[in-house]
Amino acid sequence: MMFACIYSSSANLREIAAAFSPSFEQTAPDTVVFRVDGLQRLHGSPRQIAEAIAQKAITKPDGDEVNIAIAETADAAIIAARNFPGVTLLTNAAPNLSDLDISTLPLTEEMSQVLDSWGIYTLDQLAQLPENGLAERFGPHGVYLQQLARGAIDRPLKIFQPETTYEDRIELDHPVSLLEPLLFLIARLLNDQCARLLSNAMAANEVTIRLQLEDHLEHTRTLRLPVPMRESKSLLKLLQMDLEAHPPTAPAIALSLSLKPVHPRTVQTGIFLPVTPAPDKLELTLTRIRGIVGENNVGLPELLNTHHPQPFRLVPGPPTPHPQSRRTSQHAFRYFNPPLHAMIDLIDNRPVRLSAPGIHGKVLNAAGPWRTSGDWWTSTNWNRDEWDIALSNGALYRIYHDSHWYVEGSYD
Amino acid sequence: MNPNAARVTTLGLRPDAKIRECLPPGLAPLDAMLGGFPRGAIAEILGPESSGRTTLVHSLLAASTAQLEICAYVDTDDSFDPVSAAAAGVALSQLVWIRCGHNAGHALKAADYLLHAGGFGVIVLDLCQVPPGISNRIPISYWYRFRRALENTPTILALAEKEPLAKSCASLMLAIERKKTIWTGAPGFSLLREVELEAASRKPVRPATAQFKARSLA
Repeated sequence: MMFACIYSSSANLREIAAAFSPSFEQTAPDTVVFRVDGLQRLHGSPRQIAEAIAQKAITKPDGDEVNIAIAETADAAIIAARNFPGVTLLTNAAPNLSDLDISTLPLTEEMSQVLDSWGIYTLDQLAQLPENGLAERFGPHGVYLQQLARGAIDRPLKIFQPETTYEDRIELDHPVSLLEPLLFLIARLLNDQCARLLSNAMAANEVTIRLQLEDHLEHTRTLRLPVPMRESKSLLKLLQMDLEAHPPTAPAIALSLSLKPVHPRTVQTGIFLPVTPAPDKLELTLTRIRGIVGENNVGLPELLNTHHPQPFRLVPGPPTPHPQSRRTSQHAFRYFNPPLHAMIDLIDNRPVRLSAPGIHGKVLNAAGPWRTSGDWWTSTNWNRDEWDIALSNGALYRIYHDSHWYVEGSYD
Repeated sequence: MNPNAARVTTLGLRPDAKIRECLPPGLAPLDAMLGGFPRGAIAEILGPESSGRTTLVHSLLAASTAQLEICAYVDTDDSFDPVSAAAAGVALSQLVWIRCGHNAGHALKAADYLLHAGGFGVIVLDLCQVPPGISNRIPISYWYRFRRALENTPTILALAEKEPLAKSCASLMLAIERKKTIWTGAPGFSLLREVELEAASRKPVRPATAQFKARSLA
């Protein structure tokens, strides 16, 4: 194998390297390395290849110094390019690099001092040290540096990947007021961006659409996805439903779409695990349902660490399997939402008769009062007496009294 | 004639008969009577107020979530109590809760979307507090549509209600009744301790009933 290294402080190295090889490593801002094996049929001998590279590099208008080295290993080419001016050919790496100072290697300060005290000044001297002793003194890094000095490290290149952007913009010839033609344009952008996500093994957890409107305003919608997705159809449907729920106030004259790339969710699957809804399909379904019942009425129940009469809330988010071992037969409770205003007859401060919308009867048994209060320092404070009652209609209710009597719900 | 088919017939099994997987709700007497709630079908849980319908629904959800399945609760009248559900063993992180704000039409649409999304273990459609005047006006076509959507899936659609609604579309119809309420403590200082519930299978009709207890949260 043969590698070429270009070392220059100001030349556009990536452009020069890309002219000779589609895959190259940018070791440092001033250093690029690439393989030149296949160029022999195009340019000839290694010297002719090096001259072709030099010609390409020197034709650049900046005219700064450019060092080029060709060697059998990538690291040998890098060391040569950084230390020898002009074009350097290393057909056998070790002998030619042997006279270089060891400061050309990535030494730590401590190693530099120790090697200096040993009288080791050149790569050749370092290469000839016993490997076991070097490993004992400096560990794996010492062995790596010795291999580097010997030109014996044969490693694959870390191929440079240009940074992928996930933002596109379309300027429209005519203002678009209908959603359907707008969706065609959004679909085009989404298809391109999802293809980019797929090729980079990424997914998106946030989609932002910005519509520049005819009245010089901007309509921005951001969808935060509970699970990273990269299926353009699902994302398009989510955007469609969001724009239907929150339409722009004027026709759009330009649109831009951006995705926030994240690593996709990895889930360990198993043949014996139960089937669960596909995350993208579930999110689409829940978004559809949110469109019917309201944004804040779909989610997961979450218990709160409080003694509040309703110690729970609804939180958005995807359902996640969480094993729960404790299972008992517990008598369930159902809330009346809102609580029913009630008329209660009392004898000896105990309820004996209840009358509420749809509920009337004699109290057969009552347990209470259970006095609860809390959060008196906030506006959501409560202070009430609760009773569990059995009514003559056969039902069990929980009633409470704060300023009035209410039926909170029934045991079912 | 296919010789294999002949052999199956001689064993007394109909070749076209479906063997349905079941989900036992984890209440021993009921499990013994039913064997479990059939998957891929509609199950109706009937009863008047305080009969124990919701208790049975919570047990079914707990059994499903214990198998790491994702469940959904379509709460027509915003009556769901996560505290008693969690106490019954329902893993709340696996339960999608949809509050429909007293709108039965929204509840039916939400259930329809969930059924067609697929992948759920149990979907509960809570119609317990829907007035009969509204629940009786639900078109029968909804139940046929739901039954069709459930076929060949592992999902159970559990309807909690006062009177039967899905009728011929339901594969299981359980009538729940509260038989006894147990209060402890002296008169004037009593405490609601537990209830004894009885479940009777109206479809398929079984002569036996299952009695089980449910402890109060207090």
